[in-house]
Amino acid sequence: MAMAALRREGRRFAPLISPRPITAFRSSPLAPTREAEGPIGVRYISTQVVRNRMKSVKNIQKITKAMKMVAASKLRAIQTKAENSRGLWQPFTALLGDTPSVDVKKNVIVTVSSDKGLCGGINSTSVKISKALHKLNSGPENETKYVILGEKAKAQLVRDSKKDIELIITELQKNPLSYTQVSVLADDILKNVEFDALRIVFNKFHSVVSFLPTVSTVLSPEIVEREAEAGGKLGDLDSYEIEGGETKGEILQNLTEFQFSCVMFNSVLENACSEQGARMSAMDSSSRNAGDMLDRLTLTYNRTRQASITTELIEIISGASALEG
Amino acid sequence: MLRRASGLLARPILAARARPFSTDLPAAQTADATFLEAWKKVIPNMDPPKTPLSFMQPRPPTPSSIPSKLTVNFVLPYASELATKEVDMVIVPATTGQMGVLPGHVATIAELKPGVLSVHEGNEVTKYFISSGFAFIHANSFADVIAVEAVPLDRIDASLVQKGLAEFTQKLSSATTDLEKAEAQIGIDVHSALNSALTG
Repeated sequence: MAMAALRREGRRFAPLISPRPITAFRSSPLAPTREAEGPIGVRYISTQVVRNRMKSVKNIQKITKAMKMVAASKLRAIQTKAENSRGLWQPFTALLGDTPSVDVKKNVIVTVSSDKGLCGGINSTSVKISKALHKLNSGPENETKYVILGEKAKAQLVRDSKKDIELIITELQKNPLSYTQVSVLADDILKNVEFDALRIVFNKFHSVVSFLPTVSTVLSPEIVEREAEAGGKLGDLDSYEIEGGETKGEILQNLTEFQFSCVMFNSVLENACSEQGARMSAMDSSSRNAGDMLDRLTLTYNRTRQASITTELIEIISGASALEG
Repeated sequence: MLRRASGLLARPILAARARPFSTDLPAAQTADATFLEAWKKVIPNMDPPKTPLSFMQPRPPTPSSIPSKLTVNFVLPYASELATKEVDMVIVPATTGQMGVLPGHVATIAELKPGVLSVHEGNEVTKYFISSGFAFIHANSFADVIAVEAVPLDRIDASLVQKGLAEFTQKLSSATTDLEKAEAQIGIDVHSALNSALTG
């Protein structure tokens, strides 16, 4: 985003940068052309505009470099946490399988996004996938609702899907992410939203430059029973004995709630990692672009300066030769 | 249309009953394939998102004879304590009591209460106190234990346990609403389990 702004501004100022001597009065041959201050009646080309541009571009470069360093350090901190939490959802998938193509009446899409911007395209990707899932699961008798985590997805989804949004949660990363916080969140969602299937859309952190949009599906206990009876992926669920609890239904209820909070925890951490990684690469390309702009502006500045010196000399020399001959 | 597709899928999977694992490679691909096809039909311009199945290691199928070792995965939100560790036996604190799991144990889903998880490998026994969670024992001698918190027993301070127990007992007697009573009861359960873990 910073890059686009810089590019736009570059275009706007281009006509001003081309050196056109501003006609004014003569200056003394010794006064250099670069100063804005000088006696009244001086004639010189102002490089002030170019110099202001250079100063602001240099500041932008410093800022984006600093943001990149900050994102890198935050990434380091959260990456270990995310990698440690990767084992958490695997037992559930091993037991219950993964059924993204399950056909249910009440779908809820949980979109995980960031609160802050300048992190590349990951939030737009998540929103695009959420909208696509909405389209995929639409049908007669099917309804799809959104639960939004993070400001950026809220801004995008509120514009056209306002009536489908059930819950919006922001300021997730105010305090460092912990399982307690996420389980409270999961509890909130489970209590307030009716669902047959929850689809969590997030960006999985693959590496610092690669983020894979992923969708994890958590089914409600009734649907798990239905799929178990129908056979197929969950068909072997009946072969498992149940220890503890009164009925199988109660255990399944606890199981799905626990699964949801574990999967949420992992997805929130992975998305936070992806956010920091995307911010790092966005700020890196931004500072590189600022550096390029600075080079171009420096050349323009020197050309302007030299052109005005040459003009000075030409005037003096032609004046002198006019006097002689 | 999707229902018909899942009906069609049921037949080949029923034929392959010898491998109950839905995360084995061929089954995994078919599951994703339904989703991929449906996605491509409706949204042809975008790449479909990945699903957890593509990030998982497939589990081995049920062997015909009972294996000699049990493979345990003990995971917490903050770390994977034990990842595919081969052990002789684990004892998990299920809500119905301590449950011992040996290789070849019948497939079970067990809800856990706060208690001691002990892992027996040869002559050494590692004990952890876990808060509640779940334990899945699969037919192929794989055991997954998922808990929210776990500490090795030597890190627990006995005096704090006693203090906590006294505090929660007092809270229970002075509790007015159901919520407070439930919270105090949970505190008492955990602390008495900690107590018995330290003594027993």
